[in-house]
Amino acid sequence: MSMSSGRSTPPDSGPGASAFPGLTIVADRAAEQAPAAVRLTDVSKVYGQGRGALLALDKVSLSVAAGEFVCIIGASGCGKSTLLSLVAGLDPATSGQIDTAGLKVSLMFQEPALFPWLTAARNVELALRARGVPKAQRRAQTQELLETVHLGGFGDKRPHELSGGMRQRVAMARALAQDADVLLMDEPFGALDAMTRDLLHEELERICAERTMTVLFVTHNVREAARLGDRVVILSSRPGRVIEEYDVPKGGDRGEDSHEVAELAATMTGRLRQEMRRHGS
Amino acid sequence: MAADSELLAIAGLDNLELGGALQPRGPGRAAKSIWAATWPKLLAVAIVLILWQLVVATGWKSYVLKGPTVVFPTLWGLMHHRLLWQAVGITLRRAVLGYALAMVIGSVVGAFVARIPPLRAGVGSIITGLQVMPSIVWFPFAIILFGITTPAILFVMVLGAAPSIANGLITGVDYTPPLLLKAGRTMGLRGYNLYRYLILPASLPAYVAGMKQGWAFAFRGLMAGELLVLIIGQPSIGVLENTYQDLDFFAGATSILIVILIIGIAVDTLFTAADRAVRRRRGLLEAGRVG
Repeated sequence: MSMSSGRSTPPDSGPGASAFPGLTIVADRAAEQAPAAVRLTDVSKVYGQGRGALLALDKVSLSVAAGEFVCIIGASGCGKSTLLSLVAGLDPATSGQIDTAGLKVSLMFQEPALFPWLTAARNVELALRARGVPKAQRRAQTQELLETVHLGGFGDKRPHELSGGMRQRVAMARALAQDADVLLMDEPFGALDAMTRDLLHEELERICAERTMTVLFVTHNVREAARLGDRVVILSSRPGRVIEEYDVPKGGDRGEDSHEVAELAATMTGRLRQEMRRHGS
Repeated sequence: MAADSELLAIAGLDNLELGGALQPRGPGRAAKSIWAATWPKLLAVAIVLILWQLVVATGWKSYVLKGPTVVFPTLWGLMHHRLLWQAVGITLRRAVLGYALAMVIGSVVGAFVARIPPLRAGVGSIITGLQVMPSIVWFPFAIILFGITTPAILFVMVLGAAPSIANGLITGVDYTPPLLLKAGRTMGLRGYNLYRYLILPASLPAYVAGMKQGWAFAFRGLMAGELLVLIIGQPSIGVLENTYQDLDFFAGATSILIVILIIGIAVDTLFTAADRAVRRRRGLLEAGRVG
């Protein structure tokens, strides 16, 4: 417990709060470190209408500071992906405010979602073109981005000629090509094997350090969250609500198998279990 | 090679997935694949010829039915006359013209119907209705409108082919994967750019399939037209077929059937090649390949 300074939301958020005595409310913690890159205030999302209406997100408030890496975990169906869609502006929120401070936002999915008729390089280049980068500069920038993800020699390959991990690397290069300040990642490594995922974690960490990006990373993998995040937010299921936040201490060994990561992961797993029991599933 | 050192840098378990995908393809492999594609066709031709000869050997309707041993020399003889080539030229010119018209009209209508919901509701079902109508029923109408002229034939070709082409494009647009649309929109593709760089290329496989089907309808319309709309001074394939039948020159008429078959197969080969090229680029052929 000592290494985690997670704090719970008010006691009315469920019996979970009492299990972590000494933890305090975190809602305005990011505000202390202003400026916030992404700020959600009482955001709710309802799908459908009338009786069939589904409350996917219920008054979620969350603030992510510029340059911060925040992981969101929760059981499937907790509205994690919905949350990212809202922040990316692909979907309107039913109520509440989302403020991205005028920053550019890009989104990565669990599937690479590369355009299968384009080569890896063209996929990246299209993002540059959409952004209005002049033709003369696109080629060099594309190559640079591919090299960033260690795919400099694979630009002429089509997505189906690449492995799952390589495709996700191209998707990452494409996301970087959008020159976004905020990178939203929706279980981007969920479909990869542990070894490949581990490599990509290192890569993502390196890239984030080089570019000071704000990252909102959704996952259902507790260890991945503990490994990558500066902060981890746990969402409850149906409807999604923020039920717990944990700060992840910096420094030391942060490999997925390290003691620190394992311990934090265990704490968070306990909290998630509790939440699931509450749902009777 | 740079790629090798990179492979080391990115090696994860999923590199096993790559298999032989990065292996170069040699000329031996190309020859093998050509042979693999050719021999079933040769076998099919041989079987047809044998069956044909067998039927002829029974003596059934021997006045009309001529065997390959008579027809092929006749065809060879016809090939030495300008008339056959002139006829092929006229027919192909109509084919290209009628099909090009159908492509333009079908594509424009398809693009509008796919993107504008009220049009979809109204025109969409009309297109499907047109598609199932045999083109030959339009001929009386076409002849009244255009007379015994080439435009009458083109009119019927367009009515036959354009709906298939339009439908192919509409289907392609409808089946653009939502995830790709999402990716495109986060990338900032909007309006014309979204159409040009995402929706149109994504629609290409269905569009090409529609073009291929459209060609089949266009060619049927053309052949029917040439048999019905006999234009004086324009010896087309259909006119030759008609004339040889009238003259009881059945070896000649059968030869023309073979010419029609060859034209049909040749054009179909082009479409099949285009279709395969599109699918290979997208990795859609690999899934069907075993081993």
